[in-house]
Amino acid sequence: MNATTVEVESPLAHLSEERLEELARELDEIRDRTFADLGERDRRYIESMIAMQRRLAVMGRVLLLGARYRPAKIAGTAALSMAKILENMEIGHNVLHGQWDWMNDPQINSSTWDWDTASTAEAWKHSHNYVHHTFTNILGKDKDLGYEIMRIDPQQKWHPVYLAQPIYNLLLAAFFEWGVALHDLDFEAIRKGRKSKAQVKRELAGIREKAKSQIVKDYIAWPLLSGLAMAALDVGLEARGPGRRRGGLAGALKRALGGGRSSYRAAASANATANIVRNVWAYAIIFCGHFPDQTHTFKPEEVEDESRGGWYVRQLTGAANIEGGPLFHVASGNLGYQVEHHLFPDLPSTRYAEIAPQVKQVCERYDLPYNSGPFGQQLWMVQRTILRLAFPGGVPRPKPGPYRREDHPAL
Amino acid sequence: MAERGAAPKVPPLRRRALHAVRSLFTPLLPDDYLELINPLWSTRELRGRIERIDAETPEAATVLIRPGFEWPGHRPGQYLRIGVVVDGIHHWRAYSLTSEPDRPDGCIAITPKLVETGKVSPYFVRQARPGDVVRLGGVEGTFVLPDPPPRKLLFVSAGSGVTPIMSMLRSLHRSDSLADAVHVHSAREVEGVIFAERLGEIGDVHEGYDLHLRITGEEGRVGPDDLDRICPDWRERHAFLSGPAAMLDAMSERWERDGDPELLHMERFQPVIGGEPGEGEGGRVRFLESGVEAGCDSGTPILVGGEEAGATLPFGCRMGICHTCVGRLCKGEVRDLRTGRVHGSEGEMIRTCVNAPEGPIEIAL
Repeated sequence: MNATTVEVESPLAHLSEERLEELARELDEIRDRTFADLGERDRRYIESMIAMQRRLAVMGRVLLLGARYRPAKIAGTAALSMAKILENMEIGHNVLHGQWDWMNDPQINSSTWDWDTASTAEAWKHSHNYVHHTFTNILGKDKDLGYEIMRIDPQQKWHPVYLAQPIYNLLLAAFFEWGVALHDLDFEAIRKGRKSKAQVKRELAGIREKAKSQIVKDYIAWPLLSGLAMAALDVGLEARGPGRRRGGLAGALKRALGGGRSSYRAAASANATANIVRNVWAYAIIFCGHFPDQTHTFKPEEVEDESRGGWYVRQLTGAANIEGGPLFHVASGNLGYQVEHHLFPDLPSTRYAEIAPQVKQVCERYDLPYNSGPFGQQLWMVQRTILRLAFPGGVPRPKPGPYRREDHPAL
Repeated sequence: MAERGAAPKVPPLRRRALHAVRSLFTPLLPDDYLELINPLWSTRELRGRIERIDAETPEAATVLIRPGFEWPGHRPGQYLRIGVVVDGIHHWRAYSLTSEPDRPDGCIAITPKLVETGKVSPYFVRQARPGDVVRLGGVEGTFVLPDPPPRKLLFVSAGSGVTPIMSMLRSLHRSDSLADAVHVHSAREVEGVIFAERLGEIGDVHEGYDLHLRITGEEGRVGPDDLDRICPDWRERHAFLSGPAAMLDAMSERWERDGDPELLHMERFQPVIGGEPGEGEGGRVRFLESGVEAGCDSGTPILVGGEEAGATLPFGCRMGICHTCVGRLCKGEVRDLRTGRVHGSEGEMIRTCVNAPEGPIEIAL
């Protein structure tokens, strides 16, 4: 069976040019209204979020100085993981989108921000802000559809290498930041010679620099501090302690060195865990953004001469929200509001929850779907697709119908 | 890149210590964490804390600011770029420093006058409170008291134009060199005279300081011909004029006609940069990020050439102060249009608003 013969009705088939124009106007209005309202309250939010994240990071690092003690290791790893998650999601991703550029702040600004991940800010802004957010869900153009290594849509051609995708899917989850950094290089462009050697070299040097600073920070400098602190503690305790001193000074130093070494290892492994926790979380949230069953994909010919309204519909139906509480939304960088984010990528994330009801209303009036689901369900759908499409064939999953408020009674 | 404060004068030991531990904090800086404790500790940009706000008139207030690091100094008459956050947004303005450069307490002062439709002056005059943190940018301006100061002086000011002159008077007062100065100051109404009390006090202390206060709402404006009556020897004096453009134009015309223009100093807030081809060769500019190419002749700043070729480039003051327009030079050399100096090495951040290419260049913008 040839999968490409199965057609999903285009979500904009029922909308005339005029209707699309009206839709664009309504969504533009939501955007303009919200932008006009930005001010002190938004600034306070992002400043306190950044301050909170940094305090959390300090807390994690300090706790992990004592990483050889189990409770400190667990609490420190949790704090550092959360700090890294916030730094990447609610802060880094959104600042790099230019969501806070309106503040004209020299630091909290997409042109100066750098983040704690393997991608350089510059490469990320190109591959994500530009390529992914412009060509969202267009087969062959949106490099984020399967990241060029996975078959995530039945219309993508099968290749035997995809048989391994359930396995490298797991690897990608654990080392997501490195996958993303390599993905930013855009292998297709390199293969086809659309990128100069000099540029590839510069980008590789950028990743190398990011890798170096992460390795130095997480696997050398902080563990070393932990080792030194604990060795000093051991020496101090022994000097003050009433017990017998075996082996004199040499013995004491040897014991301190041993204690220091085990602290070094414990801190390094805690930092590795924090990096992996952050990677798996980012992977889960990002994969749930576009790969659940509800989302539409588009063929390049479908979007030729696309109007602004058409672009909005593609963003609206190409993304899917994740339902959750306030803490979930903050930890996911408000990407649980993926639909709102894709409509208005440079609108401060805090405003997505606020405009969601207005977007739903628009969906209802224009008979458009509003893709959404609980985290567990969305993640399950994504994993099912990855497993199924590792093998040839597959058909597009049924898409939800137009959004109706009565189907979603207020809680 | 948004405008930021000037690089502070950080003690070298402290800078080295911060540098040594930076790999613990990458991609942030130790600064990012220290700022959580005290925003004045930023070594990235100079900040200051508002110490006191004194109303001078119902519409003008003197804001006393304590810089986070040692004040690098200024020349009396210069102005300061200052950044404040109003309704969540950073705004930058230039205000004349009204304090003398070497205040014993290390503080500096500005005296903004309310512009009802403005953003920053309403903040300073009505909203600001002691303890607020502001950003302190570059100090600029050529309207300055020569060093050593001339013996015979004439000051002509109107309205808030008195602010740079206040810094000069305070400096002369502190060094006790106010021997022979005539000051003609105009204001619309008596209540609107900024520094009325200060100026009176200076007059009480220094016999050589002769203040002529003109309330224009009652007595009409001071014209160039009034000079002969108020200050018959005006031709012999170093004159410092600060006020509305119309006043500057009328007065300077008098100096051109029958005075010595060499002795005339005027406040010009917007120096005109470029425009005329001068020395140097100009060149082609490749803007690497926007993919635009532009030709600039020897008098055209890179920014202007790029804009004319259709590139959207960051810009701010357009006079070389704020560094908003900077881009990384990837190839070639540039000429500073203010000084004529040719400079530039690969990787250097250059201000596109005051530099013209010197031969072909590439810039990451």
